[in-house]
Amino acid sequence: MTTNMDRTITALVQDKPGVLNRITSMFRRRGFNISSLAVGQSEKPNLSRMTFVVQGNNAVVEQLLKNLDKLIDVIKVSAAPNEDVVSRELALIRVSATPDTRKEIVQIADIFRAHIVGVSPDSLIIEVAGDADKMTSMQDLLKGYGLLEVMRTGTIVMHRGKSS
Amino acid sequence: MRRTGGQIVCEALLRQGVEVVFGLPGGAILPLYQTLPEYPQLRHILVRHEQGAAHAADGYARATGRPGVAWATSGPGATNLVTGIATAHMDSIPIVIITGQVGRDAIGSDAFQETDITGITLPITKHNYLVMNASELPNVIAEAFHIATTGRPGPVLVDIPKDVFQEETEVADTPTINLIGYKPTIKGNDRQIRRAAELIQKAERPIILAGHGVIFSEAYDELRTLAEKTQMPVITTLLGISCFPEDHVLSVGMPGMHGMAYASLAIEESDLLLAVGMRFDDRIIGDPARFATNSKKIHIEIDPSEIGKNISVDVPIVGDAKHILAALLKLAPTKTHPDWVKHITDLKKSHPSLDIRPTDKLLPQFIIKKLSMATNGEAIIVTGVGQHQMWAAQFYTFKNPRSFITSGGAGSMGYEVPGAMGVQVGQPDKTVWSIAGDGGFQMTMCEIATMVENKIPVKIAIINNNFLGMVRQWQQFFYEKSYVATEYSHNPDFVKLAEAFGVLGLRVTKQDQVESAIKQAMEYDGPVIIDFVVEAEENVYPMIPSGQTVHDMIEEPRQTESQPIS
Repeated sequence: MTTNMDRTITALVQDKPGVLNRITSMFRRRGFNISSLAVGQSEKPNLSRMTFVVQGNNAVVEQLLKNLDKLIDVIKVSAAPNEDVVSRELALIRVSATPDTRKEIVQIADIFRAHIVGVSPDSLIIEVAGDADKMTSMQDLLKGYGLLEVMRTGTIVMHRGKSS
Repeated sequence: MRRTGGQIVCEALLRQGVEVVFGLPGGAILPLYQTLPEYPQLRHILVRHEQGAAHAADGYARATGRPGVAWATSGPGATNLVTGIATAHMDSIPIVIITGQVGRDAIGSDAFQETDITGITLPITKHNYLVMNASELPNVIAEAFHIATTGRPGPVLVDIPKDVFQEETEVADTPTINLIGYKPTIKGNDRQIRRAAELIQKAERPIILAGHGVIFSEAYDELRTLAEKTQMPVITTLLGISCFPEDHVLSVGMPGMHGMAYASLAIEESDLLLAVGMRFDDRIIGDPARFATNSKKIHIEIDPSEIGKNISVDVPIVGDAKHILAALLKLAPTKTHPDWVKHITDLKKSHPSLDIRPTDKLLPQFIIKKLSMATNGEAIIVTGVGQHQMWAAQFYTFKNPRSFITSGGAGSMGYEVPGAMGVQVGQPDKTVWSIAGDGGFQMTMCEIATMVENKIPVKIAIINNNFLGMVRQWQQFFYEKSYVATEYSHNPDFVKLAEAFGVLGLRVTKQDQVESAIKQAMEYDGPVIIDFVVEAEENVYPMIPSGQTVHDMIEEPRQTESQPIS
């Protein structure tokens, strides 16, 4: 038995009404837990690509892949390897900012190559892209200033060498 | 050519070879009904309750191997089908269900008799469709049948709004199936099949565990030839029963919770399990961590998600049982295991699960045994769920494939009457016996009226103990005999009920009446109900309590020497 870890799974699916429902219904029924989900159009017409991050050991991930593949509207599924992949997520973070702290927050954003995309008298909106670890460490640093709102898109991945 | 949605559906069904539909009309499906007179070759059987239509379509499919069809109107018509759909889904039965839906404009408005049936049936269908244009219907119906009948079979539901039935559209001569995400594996992997043959070569105590998949793929000959060539004894799961003749010298019967003690023991002692078209259900394995720990396991299964789900296996082979067994047969060695086969024979003697204790009382086991003898093991037996189902599985000697028809996975009481009706429609020349519980019988007995109207001559044997017997048995074993809500203290008079329906009703209370009642029923032209008033607190043995192993098996306590009846 392998240990539980985050695994990223991608699925090429029909772009039809109800497909997301079929997939999440299967996850719910079989007790799989999704920690993030990203959906968008793929390079192929009428097909979408979904990216899930799930927690589980190898046996759980194998069952999840097989059960996804069993759905008629799912065309192809694969588990992303742990190495040699580009993994990205986009977050919008609203953080409390006073005239005293605004400069420090901008500096932190700079370190993470994040952008300030909104300013109000008492807060800033920061846009940041990166892998999940970067999101977490940036959030940790900003906590001290007062995190007001966090929106994350969920992870998407792409293999460096070949197309999935 | 121009056609209405209703015409398209009827013509698409005929194109699929459908000869009969079980259904009940209502507002949303009425436009489809009103086209039926144009298609007299499509027989419609009007049921009394939609659950009966779904079970009948399921029974038809199990008995013939051809997809069954049921339809109903929107809302409650559709939801009444749900138990039948779930039953078919759990046992992988190819049925196609059509439901009427409210008009397209009304969808989502909580209109009269609107129910989101595609949402409700999402987890209990192999696939489902909501068809929003009549022009999609030919392809959708063709895809529905393709999905229902190929790979691991299962129910497919097609929900059609009322105005789509009415819509006129231009249709092509032939439908196209466009399912790029659906390609079941048929042929097994050669390397895995070679590894399986090697394990068979090395095995000293091998067992074949044959399931429902053998029946779906009709791999009876391949299974039998392989068993004989390699001298592997054959155990059949509940749904695998009748895929291998039970009077064969290598037949060991059913294992598991209420299986033969010797079958469960043989699995425990085996060094190789060749599992074919079965899914290591919890009723068979008990505790997954302690099931058959001494054996290597080969798993032949068409659904990849069943492999490694409950039990980890050494050699998985994904594909169709018939193809894989044929390929394995070529590579498998000719072998004998006289000591192992003799050991199993000895187990049968030391654990005589099929002996009936001597008594003057009317025992259910005795009735099933007599029925088996009276029909020479050649009737089709349909059951409900509970004690009578287990006794039927145990005490009837099945000789022909597709002759034991029962709700296994879902365990749906009430299957026995409408299920048998569908079986008889599919096999009009065979003798069909419904072995019913007094509880399950009363859930769906309204379909006897349907049988009378449509001349469907099912013989119904009610094993009447005035209890929900299996639940009572659990209360006796696990809840200190506290019989809460399991006794039917005032069942109807089933003989008078038979008369009210206009069928022959007989009552049997003594052993010496059994044979003549069975004979009278078989000679009667039409449905028959026999009320077998049996020993009320009889238990099904052996029993392996849920989640436990063969070592925890409870066998029948024996005060006196028992003997097989002849």
